[in-house]
Amino acid sequence: MTNHWIDIKNADAILIMGSNAAEHHPISFKWVLDAKSRGAVVMHVDPKFSRTSARSDFHVPLRSGTDIAFLGGMINYIIEKDKYFKDYVVNYTNASLLVADAFGFENGLFSGYDPAARKYDRTQWAFQLDDDKVPKRDPSLNDPRCVFQLMKQHYSRYTLDDVSDITGVSKEDLVKVYEAYSATGAPDKAGTMLYALGWTQHTVGVQNIRAAAILQLLLGNMGIAGGGINALRGEPNVQGSTDHTLLYHLVPGYMAMPIADWQTLADYHKANTPVSYDPQSANWWQNKPKYFNSLLKGWFGENATKENDFGYGMLPKIEKGANYSYLFLFDRMYQGKIEGGFIFGLNPMNSVPNSNKLRKAMDNLDWLVTVDVHHSETTDNWRRPGVDPKSVKTEVFLLPSAHRLEKDGTVTNSGRWQLWHYKAVEPPGEARTFGDMLVDLMNKVRTLYTENSGAFADPILKIDWPKRYDADEMARRINGVFTVDTKVKDKEYKKGQLVPSFVALADDGSTSSLEWLYCGSYTEEDGNKTKRRDPKQTPMQAAIGLYPNWAWCWPVNRRILYNRASVNLEGQPYAPNKAVIQWQDGKWVGDVPDGGWPPMATGEGKHPFIMTVHGFGQHYGPGRMEGPFPEHYEPVETPVKSHPFSKQLNNPCYVSVSSDMDILAEPADPRYPIVLTTYNVTEHWCGGGETRNVPNLLEAEPQLYVEMSPELAEEKGIKNGDGVIIESARGRAEAIAMVTVRMRPLKIQGKIVHEIGMPFCFGWTTPGSGDSTNRLTPSVGDPNTSIPEFKACLVNVKKADKLTELA
Amino acid sequence: MQLNRRDFMKVTGAGIACLSLSQLGFDLKPLKAYAAELKIAGAKEVISVCPFCSVSCHIIAHVKDGQLVSTEGDPDYPINQGALCAKGAAMLSLTRSSHRVTKPLYRAPNSDKWEEKDWGWVIDRIARRVKESRDKNLQLTNTKGQTVNRLEHVFALGTSHMDNEECALTHQAMRALGVVHMDHQARI
Repeated sequence: MTNHWIDIKNADAILIMGSNAAEHHPISFKWVLDAKSRGAVVMHVDPKFSRTSARSDFHVPLRSGTDIAFLGGMINYIIEKDKYFKDYVVNYTNASLLVADAFGFENGLFSGYDPAARKYDRTQWAFQLDDDKVPKRDPSLNDPRCVFQLMKQHYSRYTLDDVSDITGVSKEDLVKVYEAYSATGAPDKAGTMLYALGWTQHTVGVQNIRAAAILQLLLGNMGIAGGGINALRGEPNVQGSTDHTLLYHLVPGYMAMPIADWQTLADYHKANTPVSYDPQSANWWQNKPKYFNSLLKGWFGENATKENDFGYGMLPKIEKGANYSYLFLFDRMYQGKIEGGFIFGLNPMNSVPNSNKLRKAMDNLDWLVTVDVHHSETTDNWRRPGVDPKSVKTEVFLLPSAHRLEKDGTVTNSGRWQLWHYKAVEPPGEARTFGDMLVDLMNKVRTLYTENSGAFADPILKIDWPKRYDADEMARRINGVFTVDTKVKDKEYKKGQLVPSFVALADDGSTSSLEWLYCGSYTEEDGNKTKRRDPKQTPMQAAIGLYPNWAWCWPVNRRILYNRASVNLEGQPYAPNKAVIQWQDGKWVGDVPDGGWPPMATGEGKHPFIMTVHGFGQHYGPGRMEGPFPEHYEPVETPVKSHPFSKQLNNPCYVSVSSDMDILAEPADPRYPIVLTTYNVTEHWCGGGETRNVPNLLEAEPQLYVEMSPELAEEKGIKNGDGVIIESARGRAEAIAMVTVRMRPLKIQGKIVHEIGMPFCFGWTTPGSGDSTNRLTPSVGDPNTSIPEFKACLVNVKKADKLTELA
Repeated sequence: MQLNRRDFMKVTGAGIACLSLSQLGFDLKPLKAYAAELKIAGAKEVISVCPFCSVSCHIIAHVKDGQLVSTEGDPDYPINQGALCAKGAAMLSLTRSSHRVTKPLYRAPNSDKWEEKDWGWVIDRIARRVKESRDKNLQLTNTKGQTVNRLEHVFALGTSHMDNEECALTHQAMRALGVVHMDHQARI
């Protein structure tokens, strides 16, 4: 989230799209209702009517996978009706920047597309630069090559008729949402967008969110109280685990994983450190070498020296463009190319698409270490229904892990608050924390490499690795310490003392930090700030519920990102009654500003979007794989053969794998005419491995069901409560029919399209509850993130003669 | 004297504070008698965070004689203000569930059952399997002759259930081994 949970209460309009907040982030809804009670309009745009819809002012059903058409229509509406916040758009966004002539758009494709490689040459989307290499601008927004005009032209195609035709939303409903939301273009009004996996789990997931960002920038909703782009992140610490990037393509702190072409540290920095020649651009990532070198210093300790590139040479390097995400990992496993591995607290046999293939792929492993609190479809895959365990060669370990109340440590909530939790009780039996196991295991591996010869032992023996796991010690290492006696401003720090803020991190090896964004969370001056429980606020902070003294928040305790966009060029808030920051008597008050520079009008200021190279909010996003503007493309499995915006049916860059088990339905496939979307229930958690083992939760939601409209049920001869079979090109699942008006038939291009919805939390280790819904979903993903398209695929449904999975 | 709900509970919880009844201004005898029978009477309060979605509601765990006796929402935490959803409210049964795995388990190749093992044995066995796979498969250079030091044959998946401190260690360990197939819940 650019903002935080409590801040939702400051909104005047709330658009919940791609999320069912009331059921999946129930306590977040406290703040949605708080806003509503003060007059905010709450809108829910989602295929299914849920408890979120019930408490919203209105619910608008749309067909899964058509969010960009819906949002593109709103961009068009705002520009056409002149609803945007012009000063904000001109001063703080890249709307006024001129784009070079090579950029173009035709027949659904941007310039530079290579159909064989399914990739774009993104250099064709560059900005025009002046002689000083600063982007050229036209503040009048009239130049035909300025971003604003290109954007206007691009979205002029998203007419109410065409958007309605493809999304299934009536024109009246479109206008109702567009009108209510675009009212937040007034300088003192705030609109927030709340989304979750309903936007990310598409082959156009990133561009769904880009479209939202464009709207928020047009309306001046970024950086303000009650605004922002707010991902309602699921999972207990998924914000923190993303910050520490348990992901193949990054290292902690959102820095690129080294590739083979960057053989030296200098190569790495040259390729990854952005340069801006605009004196008004902070270009914060120019500091990356300080953060990256401090990370290396944290990893390799005394063994990281200037002479050895701080150990950079020891790191693994991937090939440029190589993809090591789930879809590709399991495809390689299916092909027998993977030998063994670790699955910590995760149930991919239920929660990754095409479960039938994945379950078979795991049989090819020689060894597998699983770590969990319960048995799951993953830990016990070797004895799954229909398989003779004697035929499965894998050596499997199941290590019992401690649960939340049984350990100390921190998690980071969706609003970036880092929160300490205390150990209450000992873990049961011999269960231990992940940290304990990992430290012991790695120390054992280190012993083996010390006592025996082995392949390239250096990185294993030279890491700075603790003897035992201690959360407090790790929190200090994450924050970072000085490695030599250092003076910061007038203050002296001894070797080993904590670094006060990432501003003090250096690239010369004098500091270490395992995550630069967390630097400042644990200091000599204030101790471990994640333990703070002080509700104290100034009246200005209290007016928006900022709580700056409660716990700590990255970066540098800034509660609302890009907050200098909430003030005018003189530093005065656009919305004085809910000011985030304000320039008063030569300094900023309120939240921690994005950099302490004075207001822009002084001539000494910096553009507020400090993490972008040029300092502007990006309507035009030349870094994305499939284009600088979001464009509507159909899901890979779609019930239509064409759409009104171009002849390019699907995202031209989506990623996929192609084993004999990765079968896809044709567009408008008569065998699979129904759209399936997947979601979860309040009482269960993701793949369900944890919550199905809690009797009271299982009792509340005991088995797999499928929600369908009465119209579809009648067409198929299905009654409420009947056992049914749902089939896709990849697999089948049994479920109980829940016939409900919560699902509506949608009129798409003049024809009725039915959509059904199923939770994915049930699995065979809970007998009679049903089995993985993801046996139906396809292994296709977004080209930027490789997140799979769980939210839209094609199926058929029929009444079951008999049931074997459901009791 | 002003008391919020939480101060009130602290004051009335037996064994925590002994204020005279006159300080509260009304007769608490019946309430005190009831409180003395509550299972949380005399329990230690420990602050934790709900282990489900990233609203990260705060939970108070009540611990007595080393045993978890109750969990409830933390009314002081400004985000959830004491409220919990169905999952958060099930924290007590989740933690104390009889379905928990409590011993390291091992399933030998082609076997049809789990066997209980001790920690020393499993850690040693896993370390040896890691080393064998790494020694056999570590790729030091690519076809262009560039140094790559990567281990493609071993993977690590998970987990957002780890604390930040554990995530940092996992990343460090896996990159030291050369692991590149690394992914977790953030991508699904």
